[in-house]
Amino acid sequence: MPDVPLSEPVVEVRGLRMAYGANEVLTGVDLRVDAGEVVCLLGPNGAGKTTTIEILEGFRVPSAGEVRVLGEDPARAGEAWRARVGVVLQSWRDHARWTPRRLLTQLGDYYAPYSTPERPRPYEVDWLLRTVGLTEHADRKIGALSGGQRRRLDVAVGIIGRPELLFLDEPTAGFDPQARRDFHDLVHRLSDLEGTTILLTTHDLAEAEKLADRILILTGGRIVADGSADELGRQVAGTAEVRWACGPERFVHPTTDVVAFVRRLFEEHGDELTDLEVRRASLEDTYLTMVQRSESGVPAGPVLEEATR
Amino acid sequence: MNATRHALVLGLRRGWTEFLQSLRSPQDQGFYLFTAVGTLLLLWFNRDNEIGDSGLSYPTYALPSILAGLLAFGVVIGPAFALAMEREDGTLLRHKALPHGMQGYVTGQLTYHSLGLLPSLLTILVPSFLLFDGLMHGGAAGWLTVAWVIALGLLATLPLGMILGSVVPSTQKVGSWGMLPVLVLTAISGVFFPMQALWGWVQAVAQVFPVYWIGLGLRSAFLPDAAVTLEVGDSWRTGATVLVLAAWAVFGMLVTPRVLRRMARRQSGSQVEAAKEASLQWVR
Repeated sequence: MPDVPLSEPVVEVRGLRMAYGANEVLTGVDLRVDAGEVVCLLGPNGAGKTTTIEILEGFRVPSAGEVRVLGEDPARAGEAWRARVGVVLQSWRDHARWTPRRLLTQLGDYYAPYSTPERPRPYEVDWLLRTVGLTEHADRKIGALSGGQRRRLDVAVGIIGRPELLFLDEPTAGFDPQARRDFHDLVHRLSDLEGTTILLTTHDLAEAEKLADRILILTGGRIVADGSADELGRQVAGTAEVRWACGPERFVHPTTDVVAFVRRLFEEHGDELTDLEVRRASLEDTYLTMVQRSESGVPAGPVLEEATR
Repeated sequence: MNATRHALVLGLRRGWTEFLQSLRSPQDQGFYLFTAVGTLLLLWFNRDNEIGDSGLSYPTYALPSILAGLLAFGVVIGPAFALAMEREDGTLLRHKALPHGMQGYVTGQLTYHSLGLLPSLLTILVPSFLLFDGLMHGGAAGWLTVAWVIALGLLATLPLGMILGSVVPSTQKVGSWGMLPVLVLTAISGVFFPMQALWGWVQAVAQVFPVYWIGLGLRSAFLPDAAVTLEVGDSWRTGATVLVLAAWAVFGMLVTPRVLRRMARRQSGSQVEAAKEASLQWVR
């Protein structure tokens, strides 16, 4: 667990519930994001990831619970709060007649009144275009951009106001590997250089592992796990798999204590060991185990303890 | 820097940019050309017809009324369609995510659709004056009247388009919710023929809405004084015109912000996503 930070958390949610009629989407979400963290919200389809993000963005009013984002209730927060928050939207055909340069200039200017010497707003348009790799397409009609280029423009629009907190809902859906790599670099840069706090959702576990300081698993309307990819992995039983070969025979054994197990292997077989491989539980294994546990109603035990702290 | 005023300036700039983009768009050029040619053909084929025994030619009588119809149609259906569409494609949501973005967006819409009247009126007025004689009997004072009637008519009808665009459930419904009522209303408001040809109750309905009064105001500007006998009560009823249009403008100013706020509150990414899904279904 990270140390208790001195500053106020950027996002703090307690007992968040959301129901659409009789359909309960969120049944009591608690989460906390500290300044400068990159936190990834994972979960199966329909788990309520988008609903959660939209409540934090102030686009949706929750049924119950306490929500604080940058010290304010997003449902009631004013325009100055809005200027500190960036939202990357998944739009599809808007502003088809505009060019990326013209649109970024137009939308970015809304942040100008909120510029401060420490945090000049908005970003310079040319720099931003270069950063998201749209310089060549800056003066083409947006309607003529490819899907990947459009998504990069969405990201540029989301960060143009130099946000302190950035929301990304499945940002890389539909990206090719190169665009994905570029996007990951951009997230690292925003986080490292600008100190931007980032909350993102994704389906891509490799992406979560790569980007996030901390991963939250949302399923069945609750957060069932909270920790770094390694921490989560250790919480799942049979965390590592040891494969070895003795002469022509091959063996596989799951273990929670890899070092002790391997030491014993050497003691027993010595030089007869011809191959040895230790495979840690991947985030995918961890994720699937945790979602399964939650769905089958088995109390997640220590995992849940961790989540609720 | 006052952020609200700043957003209004950005809205004006947005409206201007969209206007220029529209002028350069073949699709919009086609629309302007289509309405202009249609109107001119109608006037041309009826150029020798007279209205009753008034001695007025059809083009003289009909031009101001048709301009009124086009104005009402353009500034109600135009914004209704744009708003419904931009709710679905995420334009509105983008602005909701900006500080003072909605104020800028609405200002942009008002600017864009007001400016959009210019090409649609000019493409009809200019060729009409070249093709037909005796269209303007009011002289300079007449043009002044045209200007204030159009300005007031704009204030009276543009908010209705914004309201319509906010409440209509989807872009596809703009046709049945908006286009049809506006067309019927235009038809009964004396745009294509004097309203007195219709039943009394229909006339009464028409006189509740702004289209009739914009037409009346424009006719008072274009037509000779003798033509007043074709109007209800043999009067141009200028005072009533101002009152009715102003009342609609006030109604719009009071109601539109509320409706827009309500609509904006409901905007979210999942709504845009749902519209996208629905639209893809539609295409298939």
